Amino acid sequence: MRMICCTARPTAGSLRVFGLDVRRHGRAIKRQLGVVHQSVTLDDALTVRENLVVYGRYFDLTWAEARRRADELLAFAELEARADDRVSKLSGGMQRRLMIARALMANPRLLVLDEPTTGLDPQARHAVWDRLRQLKRRGVTQILTTHYMEEAEHLCDRVAIVDHGRIVAEGPPRELVDRYVGREVVELQVAGDGALARAVAEQAAGLAEGFEVAGDRVFLHTRDGEELVHRVRALRLPLEAVVLRRATLEDVFLRLTGRRLRE
Amino acid sequence: MMDFSPVGAFRFWQRNLLIFRKTFAFTVPENFLEPVVYLLALGLGLGAYLREIQGLPYVAFVATGLAASAAMFGATFECTYNAYVQFYYDRSYDAIITTPLSAEDVAVGEVLWGATRSVIYGTAFLLVVALFGVVRSLWALALPGVFFVSGVVFSTVALAFTAVTPSIDLFTYYFSLWITPMFMFSGIFFPLDALPGWVQTAAWFTPLYHVVRATRALAFGTPVAAVPEVLWLAAVAVVLLPVPAALLRRRLIQ
Repeated sequence: MRMICCTARPTAGSLRVFGLDVRRHGRAIKRQLGVVHQSVTLDDALTVRENLVVYGRYFDLTWAEARRRADELLAFAELEARADDRVSKLSGGMQRRLMIARALMANPRLLVLDEPTTGLDPQARHAVWDRLRQLKRRGVTQILTTHYMEEAEHLCDRVAIVDHGRIVAEGPPRELVDRYVGREVVELQVAGDGALARAVAEQAAGLAEGFEVAGDRVFLHTRDGEELVHRVRALRLPLEAVVLRRATLEDVFLRLTGRRLRE
Repeated sequence: MMDFSPVGAFRFWQRNLLIFRKTFAFTVPENFLEPVVYLLALGLGLGAYLREIQGLPYVAFVATGLAASAAMFGATFECTYNAYVQFYYDRSYDAIITTPLSAEDVAVGEVLWGATRSVIYGTAFLLVVALFGVVRSLWALALPGVFFVSGVVFSTVALAFTAVTPSIDLFTYYFSLWITPMFMFSGIFFPLDALPGWVQTAAWFTPLYHVVRATRALAFGTPVAAVPEVLWLAAVAVVLLPVPAALLRRRLIQ
């Protein structure tokens, strides 16, 4: 992520953004980039509008252009009413929306977002997602990192799962789910601790196409959930609950990266 | 490899100016009141016993020296505490280097802004003391230029320290081991003639000594005496300017 933004130099290999080498064309690349940092990096002493205008100036917008663009983006981020407040008065969700608006000041070809909704409450998160989908519809390419698999599934056309610095799987979210987990997941909540869960998993594993253990729960992967639920019930295992649900990207993530945690 | 653009540095300078205009009322007293207190205490208190130094009224002697130190403090606070907070706590620099601006632009912009504050504080102080008849020559009109050049020197040194310091707590050492000794031994309060030769030699190597001498020379109408002092400051400014740029790049770019 930092290498794309030209704030970290590649230690090996090569990286091109818009066909330009990050080692040599940092300025030209950054001119076409919008970056939303994970931590709040707004200028606290300035108002909401001033933050936008000043940022626009870094991209050589004239003052008039920057002010006009700031007004458009204040509307986009629904921050018009707060335009003249200092940013420290804004809620976390508003600050994040302002960060996104700021990144859009110079009409970037690529928007880079580092965990754009980490630490936000559900309403604020949905407000951010809504903005990002609007941008997607308008054709703004986005790269984002996230720990929320739900977020990746909602927003992304293509997902790369990275584990210890290596891409372990890549593709459209539904395709990854289909490839690594299947259609459905039966969740077993065992009446005991992790050791019992592992014992249960061994007994039930034969019935499913794959399985994962996460703490005191067992996830069985399958294409026919109803059938599997019946067969698990027939085993009369010490379970507190059996839940059938659709397979998600989270299951893929656990399957591909979870093992290390267990060992 | 340096990656510097004058336009980028100017944009950063403009940003600081905008912030300064909003926080003017809080930041001016913190840097400006201190020399005023010294002037009142020493100029009036000590000045009552000590009428003249080097043929000048003591209050005029001290006031011109303090104008030089006001300029120093303006640049120094900017490039120590202010810069550190923006860079470490607010993370503003991290955001700015993902725009077309480079780490070098930020460093040079910050130094130029520190120098600008040096001009603002030094000149403001001079205007106040001018009311007491301390300024006796129109050559004093050249002093903002001297404060700018010396501001570049103080800013580069301060920003270089800021770029390498592991903690904000170490700034107390920057002040107690560098700024305060300079403040006391640059001939602001007393001429250095009576001190051992090595003190005078050491003082020659510090920037404030030269700013004080240049300020007095211009305020009292002996401009020729200011020339070597200004040359010293300009040379050091040019030599030091790339240092904080390189250090800040190392700190900001992985």
